[in-house]
Amino acid sequence: MQPIAFPIPDLAPAAPEIFLLVAACAVLLIDVFLAERSRWVSYVLTLITLAVCAVMVVTGTGATVYTFSDMFVRDPMADVLKVSVCVAVATILIYGRTYIGDRGMYRGELFVLALFATLGMMIMISASHLLLLYLGLELLSLALYSMVALQRDSRAAVEAAMKYFILGALASGLLLYGMSMIYGATGTMNLEQIASAIAGTDNPKVWVLGLGVAFLVAGIGFKLGAVPFHMWVPDVYHGAPTAVTVFIGSAPKLAAFALVMRLLVTGLESMVVDWQQMLLLLSIASLVIGNLTAIAQTNLKRMLAYSTISHMGFVLLGVLSGDLNGYGSAMFYVITYVLMSLAAFGMILLLSRDGFEADMLDDFKGLNRRSPWYAFMMLITMFSMAGLPPTVGFYAKLAVLQAVFSAGFIWVAVLAVLMSLVGAFYYLRIVKLMYFDEPKDVTPILPHPDMRLVLSVNGLSMLVLGILPQPLMALCIVSIQYSL
Amino acid sequence: MNALPLLSTVIWLPILAGIAVLFTGSDRNAGLARLLALVGAIAGFVVALPLWTGFDSSASGFQFVEREQWIQAFNVYYHLGIDGISLLLILLNCFTTVLVVIAGWKVIDSRVAQYMAAFLILSGLMNGVFCALDGLLFYVFFEATLIPMFIVIGVWGGPNRVYAALKFFLYTLMGSLLALIALIYLYLSSGGSFSFFDWYMLPIPFAAQVLVFLAFFLAFAVKVPMVPVHTWLPDAHVEAPTGGSVVLAAIMLKLGGYGFLRLSLPIVPDASQALSGFVIVLSLIAVVYIGLVALAQSDMKKLIAYSSISHMGFVTLGIFLFNSIAVEGAIIQMISHGFISAALFLCVGVLYDRMHSRQIADYGGVVNRMPVFASFFMLFAMANAGLPGTSGFVGEFMVIMGAAKVNFWYAFLAAATLILGAAYTLWMYKRVVFGAVANDHVAALDDLSARETLFMVVLAICVLFMGIYPAPFTEVLHVSVNDLLAHVAKSKLP
Repeated sequence: MQPIAFPIPDLAPAAPEIFLLVAACAVLLIDVFLAERSRWVSYVLTLITLAVCAVMVVTGTGATVYTFSDMFVRDPMADVLKVSVCVAVATILIYGRTYIGDRGMYRGELFVLALFATLGMMIMISASHLLLLYLGLELLSLALYSMVALQRDSRAAVEAAMKYFILGALASGLLLYGMSMIYGATGTMNLEQIASAIAGTDNPKVWVLGLGVAFLVAGIGFKLGAVPFHMWVPDVYHGAPTAVTVFIGSAPKLAAFALVMRLLVTGLESMVVDWQQMLLLLSIASLVIGNLTAIAQTNLKRMLAYSTISHMGFVLLGVLSGDLNGYGSAMFYVITYVLMSLAAFGMILLLSRDGFEADMLDDFKGLNRRSPWYAFMMLITMFSMAGLPPTVGFYAKLAVLQAVFSAGFIWVAVLAVLMSLVGAFYYLRIVKLMYFDEPKDVTPILPHPDMRLVLSVNGLSMLVLGILPQPLMALCIVSIQYSL
Repeated sequence: MNALPLLSTVIWLPILAGIAVLFTGSDRNAGLARLLALVGAIAGFVVALPLWTGFDSSASGFQFVEREQWIQAFNVYYHLGIDGISLLLILLNCFTTVLVVIAGWKVIDSRVAQYMAAFLILSGLMNGVFCALDGLLFYVFFEATLIPMFIVIGVWGGPNRVYAALKFFLYTLMGSLLALIALIYLYLSSGGSFSFFDWYMLPIPFAAQVLVFLAFFLAFAVKVPMVPVHTWLPDAHVEAPTGGSVVLAAIMLKLGGYGFLRLSLPIVPDASQALSGFVIVLSLIAVVYIGLVALAQSDMKKLIAYSSISHMGFVTLGIFLFNSIAVEGAIIQMISHGFISAALFLCVGVLYDRMHSRQIADYGGVVNRMPVFASFFMLFAMANAGLPGTSGFVGEFMVIMGAAKVNFWYAFLAAATLILGAAYTLWMYKRVVFGAVANDHVAALDDLSARETLFMVVLAICVLFMGIYPAPFTEVLHVSVNDLLAHVAKSKLP
């Protein structure tokens, strides 16, 4: 009998993920033994975990390494995205601290779920195999579903969780179905091998591949929240506790971007003509419907939900340009988007207090009177979302537009520009409320010092990156170049 | 070259001063905010003076050039430099900022720091527009100016300020977003460069030139504003606080005229020439039709706003006649309009601060109570009507001369403004200032304070000096304009 050999895979490339898993379990265990008043220990441990994890990613070699039988890849793009995820999640936890404390959700579960969601995102980002990609996605999604439902006395939250779960499961199903077709047509689940299988042969089963791509794109559309797969976005954003909404609305978009890159670009680049057309439809519909519907919203969370939809349209525009320039600009856009959405939701969390959700547009009335500094932060955020210089949002739009333009879709660029004009209107309305109107609520704003610091840094970063965008832009372009 | 990067100082000093003013915080420190703003504005003007003294008006090309790599990924440079055209506009801008700070000294009593800071930052940004020699840098400054102006109109404006502010913002944004597409086209077709100089040399096929021209045209025509995209201006002017109106009329409108000169003409000369007839017709409509509209206004600020549109029609007319006297006239007209419209808005502001009404019907016989004011107002009204000896005459006369060289009817219609301008300005003046004292409110008016007299005197000196001895201004422009026209005369078709 041949002894079955279990070669130990090279664990080094996956060290941050392994650490995160161990730490998440440790937080879970430690939290059990903590008294209610020392819950801050879990909070601090979680933040430390995320910080250590980010440092482990940064201090890696920066080269492209495969491990676990080529199922797991660590490349510069993955590193950049992972660091962004860790920073984003830490920011979310800091922003949400008071909010979740006031609403009785300041429990160990939240931190553990957040860590597992982070792990899911990191696995998605590093997957080079359909199965691993799917596993990461489910780990993320399941953690998110439970986080939405964490406020179990709230009807809205439970309804949102149910809706999110059902539609999310449907999307996973679509994705899985698409994957099975790709597997059927190519006989492999490794993305690199899929690419060579499709490119190498004059494949007779091309219609199966085409159908598979269609399902994959539909699944991606769900996860990103692109029209016409966007129905869950406003309801979930609205219903979920704001501290969870900011989670759903920020970091997972980085992972979803990685999903798009791994599936469509690494795996199916030779089918670019097929998915380019599909993404084009999705992105145009997202830009138009997202922006136009956002105008009609009176609830800020819903408005931001529709604005997210339109931003995802921009990200897809970058991807569908189909060259390194386009991918780099899409990545720059998505990171910028995360910065902006963190700040916007952070402002809602800042103004919320026990028993009061500051999620209506009118809650921002006269903010300049109440706190000029935070009004200014929101001003930067809104102008950045509208894509106005000198904020980083402008360069994100510029990068995507020039990529789309150089790919030959000139009319799409013109349409995107016109839609950002529409977008400017509802972002300006917030500025108008904050600066031109009188406050109806004069409760003093007294955040934790850590939140004060992080929110200020977050807001100013959009301005600083708007004046000096070179570092982030170069980081995105270079990491994409070295990864593909 | 100078050791000190002068242009950067001219741009960033007001911006930094503005930020410093912001940090004075709430209205408890209003006095400090005012003082700091005044120091900042004066310092901004003083650092701009070496530009004038150090400028070599016989040299062609750009002076005081600074060039640093800014965004490598897009090959964007922080590239600054000025020629005669930008020099005059920068000086006008720095000068106006000082006036605005003084004009808002007493009048603005809520959120003083933010008000002053907005104007200082705006001033720096507009200097940036006039200095930028890189397409993206230009666009960034150009767009960024919208933000402080939006806030100024919306926070310190009149009753309908929200509507006016949004209209102002969205109108101008629409124009400039299409210009962004044109910039991206130029960037890609020049092989990845945003430098104006590369774009000036770049051959562009005619169809593309026309599209680029139209995109730029929309951006700059909205700014100028030209008929039919002028409707935001009366709203914005009426609702804006006095300082806002002054800056809007004196400087922001000039961004449009400057854009035509710096981008449209040299980058797409063939399309500019081919479509010049179209622009000229729109300009003449502005001059004549808007002049008539101004005649019908009952609100003083609106009247001056329409008069601005009409006068800016002269600017676009002059630019698109493509001969040196007309183009120089257009630029002189821009500067002169900067002084005169600023002065007129300040005059209305003086009345408004006392009476809280801008309706002509509420006034009458002001001269009886405010003789000093009435004489200054008279001077500026005459200048607006284009009386020889005031700055208003010089630009208009040059443009009309240039027009006469091209086509008699252009000149004829343009000259109609001398009649119309006189009619609406002087008629308004008559109704407001002369006659019997209209009511008790007028009877209770006080004449100019020392602060108000100060800026009236300064503006009067500018208007008269430029009217009597315009040579220093035209001298600076001469080489720049001739270079520009020589460049435009060469076809850029591939």
